[in-house]
Amino acid sequence: MGRTLAEKVWDDHVVRRAEGEPDLLFIDLHLLHEVTSPQAFDGLRKSNRAVRRLDLTIATEDHNTPTLDIDKPIADPVSRIQLETLRKNCADFGVRLHPLGDVEQGVVHVVGPQLGLTQPGTTVVCGDSHTSTHGAFGALAFGIGTSQVEHVLATQTLPMARPRTMAITVEGELPDTVTAKDLILAIIAKIGTGGGQGYVLEYRGPAIEKLSMEARMTICNMSIEAGARAGMIAPDATTFDYLKGRDHAPQGEDWDAAVAYWKTLKTDDDAVFDAEVVIDAASLAPFVTWGTNPGQGAPLSANVPDPASYEDPSERNAAEKALEYMGLTAGQPLRDIRVDTVFVGSCTNGRIEDLRAAAAIVEGRSVADGVRMLVVPGSVRVALQAVAEGLDKVFTQAGAEWRHAGCSMCLGMNPDQLAPGERSASTSNRNFEGRQGKGGRTHLVSPQVAAATAVLGHLASPADLSDADATALVEA
Amino acid sequence: MEAFTAHTGRAVPLRRSNVDTDQIIPAHWLKKVTRDGFEDGLFEAWRKDPEFVLNKPERAGATVLVAGPDFGTGSSREHAVWALQNYGFKTVVSSRFADIFRGNSLKNGLLTVVLEQQVVDALWELVEQDPTAEITVDLQDRQVRAEGITADFELDENARWRLLNGLDDISITLQNEDAISTYESSRPSHKPSTLRG
Ligand code: SF4
Repeated sequence: MGRTLAEKVWDDHVVRRAEGEPDLLFIDLHLLHEVTSPQAFDGLRKSNRAVRRLDLTIATEDHNTPTLDIDKPIADPVSRIQLETLRKNCADFGVRLHPLGDVEQGVVHVVGPQLGLTQPGTTVVCGDSHTSTHGAFGALAFGIGTSQVEHVLATQTLPMARPRTMAITVEGELPDTVTAKDLILAIIAKIGTGGGQGYVLEYRGPAIEKLSMEARMTICNMSIEAGARAGMIAPDATTFDYLKGRDHAPQGEDWDAAVAYWKTLKTDDDAVFDAEVVIDAASLAPFVTWGTNPGQGAPLSANVPDPASYEDPSERNAAEKALEYMGLTAGQPLRDIRVDTVFVGSCTNGRIEDLRAAAAIVEGRSVADGVRMLVVPGSVRVALQAVAEGLDKVFTQAGAEWRHAGCSMCLGMNPDQLAPGERSASTSNRNFEGRQGKGGRTHLVSPQVAAATAVLGHLASPADLSDADATALVEA
Repeated sequence: MEAFTAHTGRAVPLRRSNVDTDQIIPAHWLKKVTRDGFEDGLFEAWRKDPEFVLNKPERAGATVLVAGPDFGTGSSREHAVWALQNYGFKTVVSSRFADIFRGNSLKNGLLTVVLEQQVVDALWELVEQDPTAEITVDLQDRQVRAEGITADFELDENARWRLLNGLDDISITLQNEDAISTYESSRPSHKPSTLRG
């Protein structure tokens, strides 16, 4: 019987298999950041162990880094200690680190791919649940806990139970107005935040094949929001083109050997998935969340749902609690929801294509009165590229704030936070209670919807903007 | 890691579904660089409410958390497990746990027990009516027992063996040094290196 993409990559990394035990998997790439690594390094020290493979390990600073005044000492002492601890640990153990101020610094899931370290058919782990991002290259990539970080540092392996596989086939073609973010939000709303649990998701079908590498990363990034530890997309010419010539991509004969291997990483025609979901791309529209988990979303044109309409009591209860927290009423059109803050950034939507898309919409327009728009590139490289293209000017001229790279308001560990009761349209991945600041309310959106929302001051799509322009013209 | 054979204690009924790790331990606590001292961050936002179940005097000293479905979703932070343990919980019962949280909990010796929602409902009712009621989680027999309730649970043999013996993963893995070196010596040269380039 044929095998799926996930099974092929898995099988190629089994160091040891024994009846009744989890497989021992070899890890090709281990990414580190300051939040989930200190206790792991501590553990190594306590047991007198070294990092086994420095050549497969790399660290960056992202969660705590400020996005303003990065040349000044970090004000929050606790954030400072965490960054200093990472620097000390990397120095003590010899790990390559890209600290704040370094040209390769950025959100760990943006950095790996842009260096060309994330490659098809590799196993990638990081003490961070959005490691699923790297699956866009046909890598088996998943988030791990701090104990596992220590385990990988010490052994370059992980004992893992073989996951089940789920195919998410996206048939047809996405309408022009629909982005990868809308697609993944719609998938999560369909299968639920627990729907992918225990599975590796494989996104496939014509609509997926047409996506750029960056759009594929947006999709795989949010696999975890569907409950899955990993999401994958089979590598193809788009993947190879993206990798070719990057700093750490294979070269010469190695490149040829690598491509030959990568081409074998497709799910066989006769392979069987443990579960399958089919989505019709043509039926999709811009999508936003109204609740406090990423599965609580709806098309922008819809109304806030009525909790009473849920059959399942725990879903009904969750919807009631969400509306209360979000300060929304059932039946209210989503388009009427006004925001105070717009955040463009994160490992979901902080790459150059995302910034270009948002810039194209705010260009020549201005951010609505009373709205602050924060644009935070996912990495220093993304920032430099954006500046080279003049996008920073486009944003600042529209009245948005152009910031330094990092996780920023995605989780508000640095000073970029919502105040209690404030509401954001955010291109990040989690709308949990308090995620972006205590009492803050988050609507997850695409960069395009974020930009249109910034201009109009309420949840909106770019199409609403042209309508508004037309009305303004008539009135003028 | 401390071995876990069986534990008996009073319980906290947490009637909420989809309790994500941001609720268990908010992000600002993640700045700490140690594994202890997280007890005050546990459910921090909810604990501001004096009516929150953890704040009730009769729940002080409880060691068994009986939670709603989809407990531990969201961020992979292991701090969520440490916070529960630092607070004093030895075991968490739910009808469904998020994968990463479950993995983290078992690695740290916090036994997460999956029971049918009906049984969870029965446990909730029991401990809500009688806060002094005790629940026994017996890993040896893979069984949860409380007054009028007996329910078997599943846990894979390997995880159970590690918990029962309090074994740490790294030393177990390092017993396979030969297999790891053999694997390493046959990795293709096109695989990425963080030091090249
Ligand atoms: S950008 Fe957000 S989701 Fe991504 S790694 Fe940073 S905090 Fe996590």
